[in-house]
Amino acid sequence: MFELLGIPPQVLFGQLLLGLINGAFYATLSLGLALIFGLLNIINFAHGALYMMGAFVAWLLLNMLGIGYWPSLFLAPVLVGLFGILLEKTMLSRLYKLDHLYGLLLTFGLALMIEGLFRQMYGVSGLPYPIPDALKGGQNLGFMFLPNYRGWVVVASLLICFATWFLIERTKLGSYLRAATENPALVQAFGINVPRMITLTYGFGVALAGFAGVLAAPIYSVNPLMGSNLIVVVFAVVVIGGMGSIMGAILTGFGLGMVEGLTKVFYPEASNTVIFIIMAIVLVLKPAGLFGRAR
Amino acid sequence: MKHSTALLAGVAALALSAGSALAQVSDDVVKIGVLNDQSGTYADLAGPGSTLAAQMAVDDFGGTVLGKKIEVVFADHQNKPDVGSSIVNRWIDAEQVDVVVDVPTSSVALAVQEITNRKGKVHLNSTAASSDMTGKACSPTGIHWTYNTTALANGTGKAIVAQGGKSWYFLTADYAFGHALERDVSAVVKAAGGEVKGVVRHPFPNQDFSSFLLQAQASGAQVIGLANAGADTINAIKQAGEFGITQAGQKLAGLLVFLSDIHSLGLQTAQGLQLTTGFYWDMDDETRAWSKKFAAKHNGAMPTMVQAGVYSAVSHYLKAIKEAGTDDGKKVVDKMKELPVKDFFARNATIRADGRMVHDMYLAEVKKPSESKGAWDYYKILRTIPGEEAYGPMNPACPLVKG
Repeated sequence: MFELLGIPPQVLFGQLLLGLINGAFYATLSLGLALIFGLLNIINFAHGALYMMGAFVAWLLLNMLGIGYWPSLFLAPVLVGLFGILLEKTMLSRLYKLDHLYGLLLTFGLALMIEGLFRQMYGVSGLPYPIPDALKGGQNLGFMFLPNYRGWVVVASLLICFATWFLIERTKLGSYLRAATENPALVQAFGINVPRMITLTYGFGVALAGFAGVLAAPIYSVNPLMGSNLIVVVFAVVVIGGMGSIMGAILTGFGLGMVEGLTKVFYPEASNTVIFIIMAIVLVLKPAGLFGRAR
Repeated sequence: MKHSTALLAGVAALALSAGSALAQVSDDVVKIGVLNDQSGTYADLAGPGSTLAAQMAVDDFGGTVLGKKIEVVFADHQNKPDVGSSIVNRWIDAEQVDVVVDVPTSSVALAVQEITNRKGKVHLNSTAASSDMTGKACSPTGIHWTYNTTALANGTGKAIVAQGGKSWYFLTADYAFGHALERDVSAVVKAAGGEVKGVVRHPFPNQDFSSFLLQAQASGAQVIGLANAGADTINAIKQAGEFGITQAGQKLAGLLVFLSDIHSLGLQTAQGLQLTTGFYWDMDDETRAWSKKFAAKHNGAMPTMVQAGVYSAVSHYLKAIKEAGTDDGKKVVDKMKELPVKDFFARNATIRADGRMVHDMYLAEVKKPSESKGAWDYYKILRTIPGEEAYGPMNPACPLVKG
């Protein structure tokens, strides 16, 4: 039996797998952020609050209307996405011509308001959301006990991430999107409705956050603070991956989840800072991020 | 400049001539500052509920003392010692606050203890846990009211060791509170012949405990002690269930669990958990009457032990001002130590020289869903722990303790 720095391999594999699970959340959230930044040039600080809304919508659907986990997995992102479209139409769309800072301030303010509203209504201790029956229990992998639900989180996020990547990089619609990012005026001249495309992209990016929120609901308690706890890390992930890079966001999300997992074994006290240390190093060596292009 | 000096001298002369026959309340108001986490991890267990409890104490007292108005103000320290310190400095220097109450989060509470001690103002702490508040950081104007880490160790810690939990592994919140709780429980475990197999210190606050729980599982310890609080404890307990930690035979010990935590977890998840508490709403007619009054103004949520503690502490403080005839910090606290503490909250209670309010504590077990008769019916009281046993002897590290 080999050992690495005094850590038995079972523990190491276990931590890597757990890191992958956390990475799944980072990837899904940073993907939405990267998408929104790529096309709208908006640094969407409300992303964490919308993720939290996804979890709350699922909770409300269950407790008010008796709608369970599986329909919620589809319904909650759609509802959060519609809410996002409303935000874009009424407020964000007025800011595209201005500096980044305005979008950042607006979305940050929105995040505080949404969070404050939910905190006022539901307190901070969190509400329980049951794991769906089909995913209860777990598998003994030899080196660790893997709850079925956590396995599902990884699979679901990978699927969503891959589908999004495929949509943007390999389809006609995606090529319009990418073209509109490069030169909106020219694309508009070809008769494509760019403002509508931008609105739908924001809605889709936000729906991804809502989706991650529903995935998170059974693991963490449904809590008004769950978004603000996560969003700072997710921003670091996006910066490390390169703002606006789709693949960069996905790979960095999963990768950093695993780095964080390992830190929890070797030096747990630093587990909430390690990502920022990496961010600082990356910014010094490669200011556009690992997968980003300098513009 | 000259003008104001003359004025000051005049005022001083007046004050002297008026003599001590008059009761003295500084600035003509007794101002109570409730300082806590109003919106973060610890907001439900203390937060706005503590402000309400302080206000209820003032209202029940009649709203005035020695003919002067009593006022309650509150602020959010965000669990940050620097934020808390600057609020307290402003309160005392510019806003005539006479007493700081509640103050969860031991790191903030220790900073507040130092400031209030230096400036001669009162600190009635209900929610911070660290036993250092009456140890090396004790203060002649500070009283620690509801519970502390020693009582938690002597309550839950001892009970679990007695049930055969000899080897422990700690999940500790990485700041003053977690460290103090881990230290005090470790001492009890070792004194009873048990051993501590390891510790992992997690960032505060933290959401995902799976990694730390697996490390605890790999240690093979019989008991996993959770030296954390609030949302951290809730998440750790939930995730321990998810990873099958307890089914695999390890026991989970929530070392500091509040009623609001159990409400959030639900009885299905929390059942069987043992905990130490300084108060439970459903103990007798008096506790029920007060708690129902509280809940009616608090969205139906029953008080936690620390919220009830705020009420008790503020009531006793106002009584002492009335008896002492002054709101001078040191004199009021001396009077508080002299007067007997007796209300629905404190049983067999005294305030020791080191500022510790010693009262009976309770070892409770969380009911099964089938045993609960309705909302907030959560605890079975297993045993009353006499105050002496819960808090132990005074700590010689406190300068107020005369050896």
